[in-house]
Amino acid sequence: MIAIIDYSMGNVASIARMLKKLGIDSLLTRDPDEICAAEKLILPGVGAFDTGMRNLRDAEIKDVLQRIVVEERKPVLGICLGMQLLFNRSEEGVEPGLGWIDGDVKRFRFSGEQKERVPHMGWNLVMPSPGIPLFAELTKDARFYFVHSYFADPIDTSDIAATTQHGFKFCCAVSRGNIHGVQFHPEKSHKFGLQLLKNFAEL
Amino acid sequence: MLITRVIPVLLLRRRSLVKSIKFRNPTYVGDPINTVRIFNEREVDEIVILDIEASTKNAEPQFDLLEEIASEAFMPLAYGGGVKSVSHAREIFRRGAEKVVINTSACENPTLISELSSEFGAQSIVVSIDVKRKWLGGYKVACRQARVTTNKNPIEWAKAAQAYGAGEILLTSVERDGTFLGYDLPLVSSVASAVDIPVIACGGAGSLAHAREVVLRAGAAAAAAGSLFVFQGSHRAVLVNYPKRELLDQLFTESNH
Repeated sequence: MIAIIDYSMGNVASIARMLKKLGIDSLLTRDPDEICAAEKLILPGVGAFDTGMRNLRDAEIKDVLQRIVVEERKPVLGICLGMQLLFNRSEEGVEPGLGWIDGDVKRFRFSGEQKERVPHMGWNLVMPSPGIPLFAELTKDARFYFVHSYFADPIDTSDIAATTQHGFKFCCAVSRGNIHGVQFHPEKSHKFGLQLLKNFAEL
Repeated sequence: MLITRVIPVLLLRRRSLVKSIKFRNPTYVGDPINTVRIFNEREVDEIVILDIEASTKNAEPQFDLLEEIASEAFMPLAYGGGVKSVSHAREIFRRGAEKVVINTSACENPTLISELSSEFGAQSIVVSIDVKRKWLGGYKVACRQARVTTNKNPIEWAKAAQAYGAGEILLTSVERDGTFLGYDLPLVSSVASAVDIPVIACGGAGSLAHAREVVLRAGAAAAAAGSLFVFQGSHRAVLVNYPKRELLDQLFTESNH
């Protein structure tokens, strides 16, 4: 059973639908007991960094997550804003993040010749780092759907699970022990997303 | 680098998919849920679904149908038709779409664009602009399924929509719709060069070469088409189709052809 954390940050029905297509049980929940009972967690999210952190705190989920992920070391996958919340802080807001992965979330800024649109929206190629289980079977032509204006920048480069090019190369996925995050939307990325969620379920 | 999108645009009339010619005579194409299932298998980049009767009949968006369609769509989905308020848009996102498309309601009440944009973010708001050619040259924006011609100039209206907070423009040539004659390149070019946000060109695609042309020559960020992806041949036999990824990957490279 995978618990999809419901903290009022955007539509998450499509994540549950994709897991269902894979034959994987999931539950959309904000109930601490149900979250604790799950084998794995998905932290989804679309919206602003501060709103996300405040909603986690107000729903009294933050402490539960801290215990399950950091102490019990259950696998967690942050998606989009959910990945950004894994970090220390964001240029988008003032609230501290979960701080499970060392680094900051920064806004896309371009200077001189390299001028790209913000938000970074659409399909882009993703280059996995070697030997990352989350990207098993996802070869060099893996493409995923992105919508974001901020990107996470881990201090320890061994946390980087995959990169993407948008003006410059940025970290679009992290893996550190049981903690994983993807900036793109696997639930909107056809067979590539299916494979990634399958990989997460099999970790 | 972002992949140039090729987007099927599907038209709803009640619970059926239809296809028009020059916005007239919608003919039955098939069941929307089945069709989206096929497009999902073909791994389309994105899909746009427009209810062409909602505005003319003053009807609400078809939320239940959207939810059924979205359950088959593991790709980004945009929905338009009858969206008049923030609460309509919120319900559309809740039912599984990534973007809302507004046309008539934006023409009649442009501040709706900013309300939606500040509530949900510009990236999820598509302003659809239908354009008619004037008798003596030049263009005018039309709304209410092209039944009403406004005084708006498409370039000025696209710039205004961007200023109000639109994230993308879906630009459709009414005269080219369903004709297979190719996109209206001067129209697309003039609008795409006037705004910074992506312009999705629509109306007239008869081949992938047309899609290539509108992207590389007219500056469209994406190429959308209806008939091309639901019909085959000059007799307009229904055949839901979408090119293979390898073909699309080559299509938009300068050196090709």
